[in-house]
Amino acid sequence: MFWTFLSRSIRFSTIFLYGSTGEIITEKSGHLNLGVPGVMCIGAVGGCLGINAYLKTLGSAADMSAFGVVIIGILCALLAGALAGLLFSFFTVTLRCNQNVTGLTLTTFGAAFMKFMLGDLENSSSVVNLGTASRAFTQSMLPSEPSNWFEQLFLSYGVLVYLAIAIAIAAAIILKRTRTGLNLRAVGENPATADAAGISVGKYRYLSTILGCAIAALGGLFYIMDSLGGALEFTVDAYGWMAVALVIFSIWKPNWAILGSILFGALYIAPNYLLNLSFSEKEIIKLLPYIVTVLVLIITSIFGKRSVQPPAALGTTYFREER
Amino acid sequence: MEKTVAIELRGITKTFGDVVANKNVDLDVYRGEILSILGENGSGKTTLMNMIAGIYFPDEGHIYINGEEVVIKSPKDAFAHRIGMIHQHFKLVDTFSAADNIILGEKCPKFDLKAERAKLVEAHKAENEAYENYDEAEHPGPLAYMKKPKFHSEKETKRRLALMPLTGIWKKIKFNWLAKKRADVVQDIANRFGFKIDLKKKIYDMSVSEKQTVEIIKVLYRGADILILDEPTAVLTPQEIEKLFDVLRNMKAAGKSIIIITHKLNEVMEISDRVAVLRKGEHIATVNTADTNEQQLTEMMVGKKVSLNIDRTEPHDVKNRLVVSGLSAVDPDGVKVLDNVSFEARSGEILGIAGIAGSGQRQLLEAIAGLYKVKEGSITYFDPSKDDAPVDLRSKTPVQIRDLGVRLSFVPEDRLGMGLVGNMDLIDNMMLRSYRKGFMFLDRKSPKKLAETIVEELEVVTPSTHTAVRKLSGGNVQKVLVGREIAASPSVLMAAYPVRGLDINSSYTIYNLLNDQKEKGVAVIFVGEDLDVLIELCDRILVICAGRVTGVVDGRRAIKEQIGLLMTKTSHDVDENQISIDDLHTESENDTANSEGGDAQ
Repeated sequence: MFWTFLSRSIRFSTIFLYGSTGEIITEKSGHLNLGVPGVMCIGAVGGCLGINAYLKTLGSAADMSAFGVVIIGILCALLAGALAGLLFSFFTVTLRCNQNVTGLTLTTFGAAFMKFMLGDLENSSSVVNLGTASRAFTQSMLPSEPSNWFEQLFLSYGVLVYLAIAIAIAAAIILKRTRTGLNLRAVGENPATADAAGISVGKYRYLSTILGCAIAALGGLFYIMDSLGGALEFTVDAYGWMAVALVIFSIWKPNWAILGSILFGALYIAPNYLLNLSFSEKEIIKLLPYIVTVLVLIITSIFGKRSVQPPAALGTTYFREER
Repeated sequence: MEKTVAIELRGITKTFGDVVANKNVDLDVYRGEILSILGENGSGKTTLMNMIAGIYFPDEGHIYINGEEVVIKSPKDAFAHRIGMIHQHFKLVDTFSAADNIILGEKCPKFDLKAERAKLVEAHKAENEAYENYDEAEHPGPLAYMKKPKFHSEKETKRRLALMPLTGIWKKIKFNWLAKKRADVVQDIANRFGFKIDLKKKIYDMSVSEKQTVEIIKVLYRGADILILDEPTAVLTPQEIEKLFDVLRNMKAAGKSIIIITHKLNEVMEISDRVAVLRKGEHIATVNTADTNEQQLTEMMVGKKVSLNIDRTEPHDVKNRLVVSGLSAVDPDGVKVLDNVSFEARSGEILGIAGIAGSGQRQLLEAIAGLYKVKEGSITYFDPSKDDAPVDLRSKTPVQIRDLGVRLSFVPEDRLGMGLVGNMDLIDNMMLRSYRKGFMFLDRKSPKKLAETIVEELEVVTPSTHTAVRKLSGGNVQKVLVGREIAASPSVLMAAYPVRGLDINSSYTIYNLLNDQKEKGVAVIFVGEDLDVLIELCDRILVICAGRVTGVVDGRRAIKEQIGLLMTKTSHDVDENQISIDDLHTESENDTANSEGGDAQ
């Protein structure tokens, strides 16, 4: 029972992990992208439309290759997310718009865009196709049901779960231990300094935002194709906000985000495992992640340690000749 | 010794909007010399240097390095030409270690595939030749086989050539990786230059002088031949300055060109070989330090006296209105910004405050207005409506000060930051001073009337009183601000750089307004940067330097050079040869003493 709960938490946490890893990479460059929920929606749209188009060319969903579906789904979601990131960067870097406003607009746009683009699929035969395709995503490497706790905890997931953790670990290493990461952090901490050191602030901001949005977009794909098993539900943006909160919770470190997302995932699905709870008690448990985030904010600002603070230039635009 | 030119500037011009920061500047810097750039604030020194460092791009003109014309579009280009600049506000990332700051932005050395391939072929060829000519009899001994040249077959060479691009990629990855030992590598270089500093320390744990050392190491590490320092001594103690100068002299001996921007004349005389003087964006002259003296430099810096014809009436009914004594304050970093400042502002007089920008003028006015925390000293106001009863203003908030019935008006230097709200219209900005009046609902009628009066009387050019203030030009913004502050019928009016960026007509409007207030018996405090204006407008001029009062001079008898020297005096100079303080000042010192006695009761 406990192992099942834990493995479900890990699986569910993947949505948050994609969103927050992407957002951490973006925020490290000093870009506060509040459009993450919208980007996740856009990623879901890209992935679903890509898979749908692929299955349509096949004629019958039964002929699909699992590998092809997964690759096409991932690539289309990445592309859709990257385009959203490009749009965001164009507004905030090139046109120097306010990041909060642009981000919130992107969120509103993304949620509506998802309904607009996928609304038609919902009432057509495509829904069946997506259901079939989702098996390629949920397929674990085990031939049968997990038989012990080890298999349950480590081997029972679809490919996107492992990918999320791999990306988070890679992001943590790149941020901490490479010059690319050092330069990126410098851009987020003090763009004028980075610029004077010969780092192109605009380039770093563009690329990190595009990459971050592409990663976040996979969260939307995961939600539809893995969590929901191909069913279309338009509530992705709610999880996007959790991902934004998780960025603060994990104090801008992708490796912490792995643990944080599991905690958030566990709290989110815990009500389903705790019987004898009233509706309101269940909702309160679902609220806990936000409360924990507020606590983390309070604790980090009380101790005021410099290494756990947000990037100093977060949310600001940079223009070299400003005086 | 033949001097070679390292960098030449020809006809450099840069404007920001309507403001000309540099106009047609020509400048040469030689190798192995220290050149000082001297000028008042706003004379365009930093802008000029920023153009060499790639921060700004010149509108006109040419830059030559080692005789070749170059285009410096970004700091990256500046590095490529081996130019390094140490900015006045350090460009360091606080949360990084010093070592990480030093290696920041370093580029991977370019991997030239063609050249590397040619090199490999050559090396193999040479080794094969050696192999062929190798005579085993010439190299006896059991370990001789280890020294024997190896033979490279054609196949092997071909394979190595084919794998060459991978070597390039591998080198890039290896370069990109931040080894744990990276700090040691930088530390070694720093030690070799003779710096004693722990580069593993985080910048936020460092003192100002340590930070500056990191900046210098950074520039040296990047391999700069031309080093620009923007006011490097402003934040250092005398001992630290000596250390810095030793470093600079060593670098000069190593053949590097050093450009140092400074206000302090004694430092110019001590360190530099030549001095270039800028005034109002123009290059006045470059002279050998050995052929000049402080007096002559001051003259070049401040220029000949210009007659402005500002009316100045004799003050009448002069009474102490505001007495500041022994005021000291520190900034958040613990640096003393005000050091034992004492003066008195009198009704019916304009008190000018002269000094290099950043000498503590802003903090002084803000301390009086209740916006800056005071560490020591007293601020006493004599209330004219209560028969000049003393009121203590120290450590009060602006609201408390107003509630005490103190009629204090403040025209801050940052007009659209502290003075007005740019996005609000004229009427709303008027209401910032009156929003507490009225019951339940705001009174909008009188602010509207006030705005209309100001627009009419001060000839503010605006489409209507409903226009957002930020859309007005600088002069009109200032008129609105000064108009509002005067409308509060103050008994003390403080204005910081009220004519900065204004054209000549608007400036005169402001001067006349201040004069009107003076005639009405207001104590006016005027912080200015143009010495000609200060001398013609003010009754007395208080000169401050690095947070200390270095003298009070009578505006009618003041000489520009005298003020210029006072502005650039460092603290120990003042004690030695205090410039004759006029009789007004000695008399008022007694007043100060009296009022302090009054406070104690």
